[in-house]
Amino acid sequence: MGSLYRSEEMRFCQLIVEKDAAFSVVAELGKQACVQFKDLNPDVNSFQRIFVRDIRRFDEMERKLRFLESQIQKDGMQIGGRVDDGDYEAMPTAELNQLETTLNDLERDVKNMNESDALLKKNFADLKEWDAVLNKTDEFFAGGVDSEAQEELEEQEELGGGRQAEKAPIQYVVGVIRRERIPAFERVLWRACHHTAYVRASDIEEQLEDPETGDKVNKSVFIVFYKGDRLRSIINKVADGFKAKLFANCPRTSKERQSSVHEVRARIADLQTVIGQTREHRFRVLQAAANNHMAWLKQVNLQKSVYHTLNLFNFDGIGRFFVGECWIPLRDIDNVREALERATEASGSAVRPVLNVLETSDEPPTYNKTNKFTAVFQSIVDSYGVASYLEVNPAPYTIITFPFLFSCMFGDLGHGILMLLAGIYLVVREKNLIARNIKDEIFGMFFGGRYIILLMGLFSIHAGFIYNDMFAKAFNIFGSRWHNPYPNANVSHWIHEEEVAKRDILFEVTGQPHQFFSRSNKPRFTNQYSIALSDWRGHLDPGVAYDTAAGPYPFGVDPVWNVAENRLNFLNSMKMKLSVILGIGQMTFGVILSLQNHRFFKSKIDIFTVFIPQMLFLGCIFMYLCLQIILKWIFFWVKEEVIFGQLYPGSHCAPSLLIGLINMFMLKPREAGFVMNETRVGPNNLLIEKEGCYLTQWYPGQSIIEMILVLIAVICVPIMLFGKPIAFILEQKKHKKAHAENITVHANVLTEETEIIANGNGKAEGGHSSGGGGGAHHGENFGDVMVHQAIHTIEYVLGCVSHTASYLRLWALSLAHAQLSEVLWHMVLSNSFNASHNLAIGGIAIYIVFFIFAVLTFSILVLMEGLSAFLHALRLHWVEFQSKFYLGLGYPFVPFSFKEQLSKVELQAAA
Amino acid sequence: MGIVIPMAVVTGFWALVGILGPFVVRRGPNQGIIRTMIVMTAVCCWAFWILVYLHQLNPLIGPQIPVKTIRWLGEKWGNTNN
Repeated sequence: MGSLYRSEEMRFCQLIVEKDAAFSVVAELGKQACVQFKDLNPDVNSFQRIFVRDIRRFDEMERKLRFLESQIQKDGMQIGGRVDDGDYEAMPTAELNQLETTLNDLERDVKNMNESDALLKKNFADLKEWDAVLNKTDEFFAGGVDSEAQEELEEQEELGGGRQAEKAPIQYVVGVIRRERIPAFERVLWRACHHTAYVRASDIEEQLEDPETGDKVNKSVFIVFYKGDRLRSIINKVADGFKAKLFANCPRTSKERQSSVHEVRARIADLQTVIGQTREHRFRVLQAAANNHMAWLKQVNLQKSVYHTLNLFNFDGIGRFFVGECWIPLRDIDNVREALERATEASGSAVRPVLNVLETSDEPPTYNKTNKFTAVFQSIVDSYGVASYLEVNPAPYTIITFPFLFSCMFGDLGHGILMLLAGIYLVVREKNLIARNIKDEIFGMFFGGRYIILLMGLFSIHAGFIYNDMFAKAFNIFGSRWHNPYPNANVSHWIHEEEVAKRDILFEVTGQPHQFFSRSNKPRFTNQYSIALSDWRGHLDPGVAYDTAAGPYPFGVDPVWNVAENRLNFLNSMKMKLSVILGIGQMTFGVILSLQNHRFFKSKIDIFTVFIPQMLFLGCIFMYLCLQIILKWIFFWVKEEVIFGQLYPGSHCAPSLLIGLINMFMLKPREAGFVMNETRVGPNNLLIEKEGCYLTQWYPGQSIIEMILVLIAVICVPIMLFGKPIAFILEQKKHKKAHAENITVHANVLTEETEIIANGNGKAEGGHSSGGGGGAHHGENFGDVMVHQAIHTIEYVLGCVSHTASYLRLWALSLAHAQLSEVLWHMVLSNSFNASHNLAIGGIAIYIVFFIFAVLTFSILVLMEGLSAFLHALRLHWVEFQSKFYLGLGYPFVPFSFKEQLSKVELQAAA
Repeated sequence: MGIVIPMAVVTGFWALVGILGPFVVRRGPNQGIIRTMIVMTAVCCWAFWILVYLHQLNPLIGPQIPVKTIRWLGEKWGNTNN
């Protein structure tokens, strides 16, 4: 059919190309995206495939690109552009080799630069320390530390009892240590040298950079005075332990130190210039790489994907030709041939590739051609299961029924408008939002469903008008049909009584006084306008307060129900009936779609033993129920009249459809008529109703008709159950008989051999199917068919009942939504109006409360309820609707496409 | 106004949309889809409306309203003629 109603027809083709042209052929096909290749080497390990070397080469290049990317990002530079820029030309081999060498060079250069950078930093750090040491030593000696030290050490000597008589010269050593470690260092040194070492330390003001970690650390210069060489080694060891660096060749005289300082300063300046230059160079190199990064990444990925595809091909005999097998949609075969032509021209090969159509028994993939609008609905259907090859596709119907069912559950004008605005924004700013390439997953989900959101908003606005509900308020556009029936005097009197009693007086008002037989045989009368302090408010009687002449409210629910205390009674009844009728309607539609399938696959047996019994079953029970609902709506009211030839006294005898349905199944005998006879009794001339008059027959002949309907429905079940298996057995018998007639016996008298030949020629009996219908049921035996049919029948019969009840979720969710909306209004917003006695306080109160109201409305009612209704509408489609006709056992058509490959790369890059 | 006028108007509107709408669609690859969408929208929306309308045609229960609201109803929306 070539459209979205059914999946496309596919052909299995064989592609033969010359080895040299293979690459450009596959590259050309990648641009088109109409070919799905079959893996002809499924047993071969990925390391043993033909093109494993090329793939490895590209993997290397990709690794280098990733390394460069990390370096670029480490330096804080941005990589501009996108991987997929629409141009899918594959680079020729010469340029590719050049790219490879470029990447090699870049990697090498960047690595070298990193190393030298580290080295330079280390040198720099050393020089800075040396500089600091020189300065501090100057300070120490200027401050006369050496003389102090000398005095101290001599004191120690004297204390120690003058062991060493000679005056050994005081030696010193300088070093650098981290500031935190100084106290511990001093103490350990003190103890290790037996109190004969003198330490002085001074902080380095400038923070130095630690070459390994790159952190800034605080260091200090210390100087240790000691006597004797033995202590030297101790000091060395302690310094080692604390990771302090000792500078042994510190010049002794001040002058030498000064000249050293000058030298060091000069070297530091030089080093800084060198570091600066290296950094600039690195920046330029990385910038150049960043500019080309996306283009290179795209090329590498394109080439790699072509080689992966080529790996699926097979060598043919000599090894000069590649053979590939693929699925191509029927309508695209000409495109593919043209692509092959172009590719052979481009590659300059003399031999043209060959495309043969083959026969195969594999099931073809399912291909549904979608555009950006229908794609999202198709993906909803595919999420449950991809359609079997050539079966009816529910997606085009889902485009409307899904937002419609959503709106039945979400019906609120205000929230619908919010949703519509969001949908309009996403759709109108589509191009801009795609170009911004936002990687956030949740935004991606909402953006992908923008058309659904738009449609849901539109249908919700319509449903909001019909339910007459906007943020829990109703409109009175056409004039309500319910009016005040009481004289003004009475009403004022009741209000006065309320104020006197200081509470709401509730009274019962009944319009139609009635009388019926009760068990105790005592007739009951009720008066009009009797005031009793019981739990009722003014209950408007339809017979009096409803304007019949004007008819019902023209569009939607009457606004009087918004102010009524018993609005839920009314709305529940309405929404339940609505849900049941809509549900049965959608299920019938599903069964009719299955008829389309049966006709397409030309299986008459299915039409007679499956479709017709299904429709009869559905019709006799559920469509009869819908008919009853509609008739009750049209004919039964509160006034006394003759309906279908029977005298109907009033609303007490309005037939109960639910119990009626149950009684229909139980084949319970029912009386006819609502009243005993024509006599009237009592002061108001009332008729005597039968007890349980809401269970009697309400049209003549109802019992007989219902019995027939139940009988038909029950007969349909065994037809569904045994129809196909019996047909299957009959087929087999016919088959065997046909074969039996064809078997001939050849007897060769001379050689005394006999042969049994079947089918009139020497062929062995194959598994040819000569059956008329059900072409796919070759190899099945009777047991399979029987079980399959039993499951199908039970699923259908039980499903009819349970799915009809399941559609009541339309009622349940719309009730929940309306109640939440009302809660927000009464508890949040209207409280702020009550606080508005004082204008100033009221103004501020409303301002704040409105903010809370808006946030709660948007987050709970629109987002949460929206998602909830979305989910339930989805479930209704997947289970209740599609179980009537959908098999969903196919696999999707995944063509070789550059666009797909690159979008996968982009996703990986974002992750 | 009667029952006939709203019935005729709304049914007529959706009939117009659902029966004449498909003929207005331009030729193109999406013609089938758009036609299906139009017809289904007309059917679904009309069904929704008629079911709610029929339910209110002969109401079996009336609204239960506080007395003060009844007085307000009388003033704003008018009393019944009897």
